[in-house]
Amino acid sequence: MPISLQLINLMAALLLLIAFAMLSQRRILSLIYLFAWQGAVLAANSVIVAWSTGQTHLYYSALVTFALKVVVLPWILHRLIIRLNIKWDVETLINIPTTMLAGIALVIISFNLALPISQLAGTITRGTLGIAIAIVLLSFLMMITRRKAVPQVIGFLAMENGLFFAATSTTYGMPMVVELGIALDVLIGMVILGIFFFQVREAFDSLDLKHMEKLREE
Amino acid sequence: MIKFIEALLSQLAQTMLVVVFAPLMLGWVNQCRAWLQNRSGPGVLQPYRVLHKLFHKDALIAHNASAIFRSAPYIQFGCMALAASIVPVVETNLAFSPAADVIALVGIFALARVFSSLAAMDIGTSFGSLGARREMLVASLSEPALLMVFFTPLLIAQSSSLTVIVDTLAHREFAIYPSLAFAAVAFVMVLLAENARIPIDNPSTHLELTMIHEALILEYSARHLALIEWATAIKLTVYCAIGIALFLPWGMVEAGDWPMFPVAVGILVAKLALAGAGLAVMETVSAKMRIFRAPEFLGMAFLFAVLGLLIRLLLGA
Repeated sequence: MPISLQLINLMAALLLLIAFAMLSQRRILSLIYLFAWQGAVLAANSVIVAWSTGQTHLYYSALVTFALKVVVLPWILHRLIIRLNIKWDVETLINIPTTMLAGIALVIISFNLALPISQLAGTITRGTLGIAIAIVLLSFLMMITRRKAVPQVIGFLAMENGLFFAATSTTYGMPMVVELGIALDVLIGMVILGIFFFQVREAFDSLDLKHMEKLREE
Repeated sequence: MIKFIEALLSQLAQTMLVVVFAPLMLGWVNQCRAWLQNRSGPGVLQPYRVLHKLFHKDALIAHNASAIFRSAPYIQFGCMALAASIVPVVETNLAFSPAADVIALVGIFALARVFSSLAAMDIGTSFGSLGARREMLVASLSEPALLMVFFTPLLIAQSSSLTVIVDTLAHREFAIYPSLAFAAVAFVMVLLAENARIPIDNPSTHLELTMIHEALILEYSARHLALIEWATAIKLTVYCAIGIALFLPWGMVEAGDWPMFPVAVGILVAKLALAGAGLAVMETVSAKMRIFRAPEFLGMAFLFAVLGLLIRLLLGA
């Protein structure tokens, strides 16, 4: 196995590990740090793929990933939780071991799902597609199990990370225009959601989204 | 015949090495902990002094103690000595290694644990049964995790014999195995739980609300207690040796390479010293968790081990 492929596998394994860590993390602040780490590993993965395949546009994509997902978004999130005064919030998660077992099942499903697709792909990174799908599904699971708004948004962003990783592993990344568009979308989305948080809290006095399940007629 | 004698010699040397120097390892870990807590510490030889003291005392045994209570320390010590002779520490040429593979090794640890729990319940004190229940709670969760940890190197080496696994891992060309890294993390967590170290149990407490291991041996005294303490030290050393053999096997000598034997022993001592210091650091920076958080902790260990296994199976890395 060439060293670059080994490194890519290592990055994929790290991403999976971080996805599981996010699933079980109770503290919002640690969740943001984990999200930043995920972005950093993603950027490193892009650099390794770019270096081993000679796809120069991946360097720019790695740069954008790093700037957006390691610096800007965590910074915005950090400021948000300080402004919302929930920096030390601890969420009560029920039954972490069960969630973890569900996560393992999701990983197995996504590996099975990815197997026929990855055999068609011609890239050296095709083996990691299963992990990319697993990260998407795990982030989805995280969004389902969380009740507070900020962790749900972090789950959403982690899902986008998974998609980005899938794109890198199957087709060496999307075209630059698409990537820049997505980056801008995520950034704007984050800003809008940030405003949304304040509105939610003003309306319901809490960021717990279960209050939004009931319709109120006023 | 010569080969067999050589294997037997190497076997004897390695078993003696682990059994005799296990208390030193325990003393080293305690000394490192003392240093990290800004205490001067009792010195690395303290466990030997304790053993010496205990062996010279008269044993007190409760009136209603049965044969299980008397025999349990010997069984525990025997199990640990056997485990020490299965795990290759310096050389992979072991005469006993065909007798048991890694799965049997887990069974040997389980046997020792069953007898220590039985003995604790034998007297009928409430502390004993409390400790036994807690021990069984931890064990029922850590054992599957330990088995899962072993499966990853087992798949890489395509063999369940520990010596073959170590041979394959030590003499392969260097490659990054994320699966082994996951297994290593899981193994460290299992090591902490099984050896009654800090996130799960505090080895230096006699507080009834928190103790697990100490509650089991509360009724023992003198030579029985000494044997149990010694067995505990051997268990810790064997666990560290397994971790070294599976995840950092470099520096082990080839079979029959006697001139390199002292060098390999030196490397082993250095690795064990580092492992002990690392253990002390881990114990210092973490706090003991509630007993009902232990399933979560060990669930994480199981998860890591399964992830390693999955990555090995599906990614081939």
